[in-house]
Amino acid sequence: MTQTINVTLKIWRQNGPKEKGRFETFNAENISTDMSFLEMLDVVNEQLTRNGKIPIAFDHDCREGICGTCGAVINGRPHGPEKATTLCQLHMRKFKNGDTIAIEPFRAMAFRVIRDLVIDRSPLDEIIQAGGYISANTGGAPDANAIPIPQQTAETAMDAAACIGCGACVASCPNASAMLFTGAKISQLALLPQGRPEAAERAISMVRRMDRLGFGNCSNERECEAECPKEISITHIARMNREFLKASFFSSVK
Amino acid sequence: MQLDAKIPVGPLAEKWDNHRFNLKLVNPANKRKYTIIVVGTGLAGGSAAATLAELGYNVKAFCYQDSPRRAHSIAAQGGINAAKNYPNDGDSIRRLFYDTVKGGDFRAREANVYRLAQISNNIIDQCVAQGIPFARDYGGLLANRSFGGAQVSRTFYARGQTGQQLLIGAYSALMRQVAEGKVNLLPRREMLDLVLVDGQARGIVARNLVSGEIESHAADAVVLATGGYGNAFFLSTNAMGSNVTAAFRAYKKGAFFANPCFTQIHPTCIPVHGSYQSKLTLMSESLRNDGRVWVPKKPGDSRSPEDIPESERDYFLEQKYPSFGNLVPRDVASRNAKEQCDMGKGVGDTKIAVYLDFTDAIKRDGRGIIEKKYGNLFEMYDKITADNPYETPMMIYPAVHYTMGGLWVDYDLMSTIPGLFVLGEANFSDHGANRLGASALMQGLADGYFIIPYTIGGYLNEMNSGPVTASHPEFQTAVTAVSDATNQLLSVNGKRTVDDFHKQLGKILWDYCGMSRNNQGLEKARKMIRDLRNEFRENVLIPGSDSEINQSLERAGRVADFLEFGELMVIDALARQESCGGHFNEAYQTEENEALRDDDNYCHVAAWEFTDADKEPLFHKEPLEFENVHLTQRSYK
Ligand SMILES: Cc1cc2nc3c(=O)[nH]c(=O)nc-3n(C[C@H](O)[C@H](O)[C@H](O)COP(=O)(O)OP(=O)(O)OC[C@H]3O[C@@H](n4cnc5c(N)ncnc54)[C@H](O)[C@@H]3O)c2cc1C
Ligand code: FES
Repeated sequence: MTQTINVTLKIWRQNGPKEKGRFETFNAENISTDMSFLEMLDVVNEQLTRNGKIPIAFDHDCREGICGTCGAVINGRPHGPEKATTLCQLHMRKFKNGDTIAIEPFRAMAFRVIRDLVIDRSPLDEIIQAGGYISANTGGAPDANAIPIPQQTAETAMDAAACIGCGACVASCPNASAMLFTGAKISQLALLPQGRPEAAERAISMVRRMDRLGFGNCSNERECEAECPKEISITHIARMNREFLKASFFSSVK
Repeated sequence: MQLDAKIPVGPLAEKWDNHRFNLKLVNPANKRKYTIIVVGTGLAGGSAAATLAELGYNVKAFCYQDSPRRAHSIAAQGGINAAKNYPNDGDSIRRLFYDTVKGGDFRAREANVYRLAQISNNIIDQCVAQGIPFARDYGGLLANRSFGGAQVSRTFYARGQTGQQLLIGAYSALMRQVAEGKVNLLPRREMLDLVLVDGQARGIVARNLVSGEIESHAADAVVLATGGYGNAFFLSTNAMGSNVTAAFRAYKKGAFFANPCFTQIHPTCIPVHGSYQSKLTLMSESLRNDGRVWVPKKPGDSRSPEDIPESERDYFLEQKYPSFGNLVPRDVASRNAKEQCDMGKGVGDTKIAVYLDFTDAIKRDGRGIIEKKYGNLFEMYDKITADNPYETPMMIYPAVHYTMGGLWVDYDLMSTIPGLFVLGEANFSDHGANRLGASALMQGLADGYFIIPYTIGGYLNEMNSGPVTASHPEFQTAVTAVSDATNQLLSVNGKRTVDDFHKQLGKILWDYCGMSRNNQGLEKARKMIRDLRNEFRENVLIPGSDSEINQSLERAGRVADFLEFGELMVIDALARQESCGGHFNEAYQTEENEALRDDDNYCHVAAWEFTDADKEPLFHKEPLEFENVHLTQRSYK
């Protein structure tokens, strides 16, 4: 049932990448429990604007949990307390009247804070540039049904392909590792026959790029899997490791 | 002025082939000398930028998000059409063509739509080659489902995330070209003006959304793939940042805007629940394959759905349209839902909703099957509404979803400005007055992967002008104009926020230029929009400065454009004194309340030419000729 609640927000404010940040406190009053978390922030921002203050900068676009643009650490958890949910899909009914909510940007060595909750996640694009594709120029593809793919294989590939590139896995990892993100892409393409020809080169190149960009290593904490809004399984990290080892030992790619 | 669409001569099925043969090819060595700007990295822009780079052109790709993978196309759920006829149920290129023309209520160009249907099959091949994990049946072959407005199963899908998967495919191809050094990627940039040199599109001016800097970018041609303008209504299913700015500013530079009043209201969305609401969520149309739409027979019946017996339920779509049932096209389904609610038969707290009920499907197929088909949609619904659709019917209501109108383009997808090409939802081309489900993804990818790579070559061969750099005085003029406009907005320092204005504009458009329209309401809306626009200029409040991240300023620029563009939508609606597809003027309807076209007077594309802010635009028309289909009153009975 719809109710209204009052909550206290402690939000990270930071003017630029090189400036020092700090928490600021705001009161969000008369918040309908049907609101999404971002709608609650909209309400706070409208108020700040009307009072001549600078609103809180945060990234968002689809507000449907699919574009991967939104994200912040809510009371210590990327995207907040609800399982399998992006911040834009988190609703205020998950909070109680009188709660205090701490809101911070995703933090990682490889992600710079641009302003307030807005961060630079371009290193994730760079990992994809290192090989997260199948080299099939437009035109010349064989008929789509030429190669049957077992339904289960396609489904497992789809489980990996569901990644939205939000970076929550990195933010949740004590080592700020991008293994789940990278593993999901390597795994998706390694599973499909179309992705096999470049599998070895892809695994080596993407893993190396990830290391070079300042992402940490995986020490099996499993936080990434727990916080992933799309519930991507760490079995994809295992598949990536297998692909990487196979490529390192047995293929001509070095 | 009569517009020339430059449709190639010859039989329908051979036009595209002949045209491709007649277009002069750019030799590979010369391609390296050309730079092409592609604004937008959705399905249309992403596929175009990647393919043009593969061919050897230098590409600069722009988007306002932090990564090209986040373009609005990512949110498409249901699927993509193609005339593969894998299910052997009678589909063909000709049938896809016919369904699309008919679904668009005979207001689209035959030649374009036929080409689209021809290309549809190549798209699926290309996407599978890229590693897109489409749904498959037990034998490992591709699965299909059906969508509104068609009686065959021709929709390919990847769970409820088809747009995501297709976009990641295009994005991956794009990233590969970035790695090869052929694409210069410029995210977090907003195009704020188009730059013309000697009447040709030669570049853009864009704001760096992080530093605030106004940058100039020169090129040999400009491709706009900036999506639709549904957010003119404030509440829509579009991403929050979707806007008309790039297209509108090109319009102000001389590109004609076609059919701006053709907007699509999608029947299955989660209903509005509060004034704080920021967007509406679509529940994919594919749900209508298994869900049954109904309302109580008795107006004002406020029993919960479980307590209303079968005999007191009105399955109004099944009743009225026995052959298409719940799968009638979107405009028809939306108008009927509104009609039921207007009669007081709406459900839920607000009474502005109808049920979409899966009880029978779950009984018939079992929960497992339904979960496999729609699991993520049901979950999303549950998250937003805290209702479980496996146990209680969904509540849905129509919402603004897609815009068929857009910049006018010829058969080559070139606008009225030489060298300015427009792709995807941003152009007006293929969907007439109503788009069928699963055909926007098809069109975006057809435009980007398979059409622009040919047609742009034809243009570059003939453009006949030398290189231009960003130091050309036209760029300086544009930068100054953009900076002045920005400072003007910031200096108002009024009392109302940008969103406040946007919401009010949205309400005006929804009330008077939405699902059904009448002349009196449209006239009224026009005046209201003008007044609101004037107030905006004197009373908008934008905090912060222009030399930093300033999300209020970004929105202000977009809303300023919507406030001018909204009037153009109304002007276009008034000029079209007929009903067709998504444009339903109450004065023109059949006895059965269907849209009544006037083919003698309005079988044309309306294309508007900008004159001056606050002045009447000039009207131009492109007559539509139908040589291969017979114009009929659409019937889905
Ligand atoms: C919820 C939802 C579900 C849908 N489901 C389906 C479906 O199942 N099947 C189907 O066929 N269609 C569907 N559609 C429609 C379809 O998704 C869109 O029509 C299509 O994706 C549009 O693609 P596009 O490439 O033209 O533009 P978009 O994907 O909207 O991309 C626009 C691009 O332009 C950029 N841009 C915009 N303005 C500027 C500017 N001023 N400066 C710089 N960059 C700019 C953006 O950053 C973005 O990269 C759906 C739509 C919605 C809203
Ligand atoms: S805004 Fe798109 S995932 Fe949250």
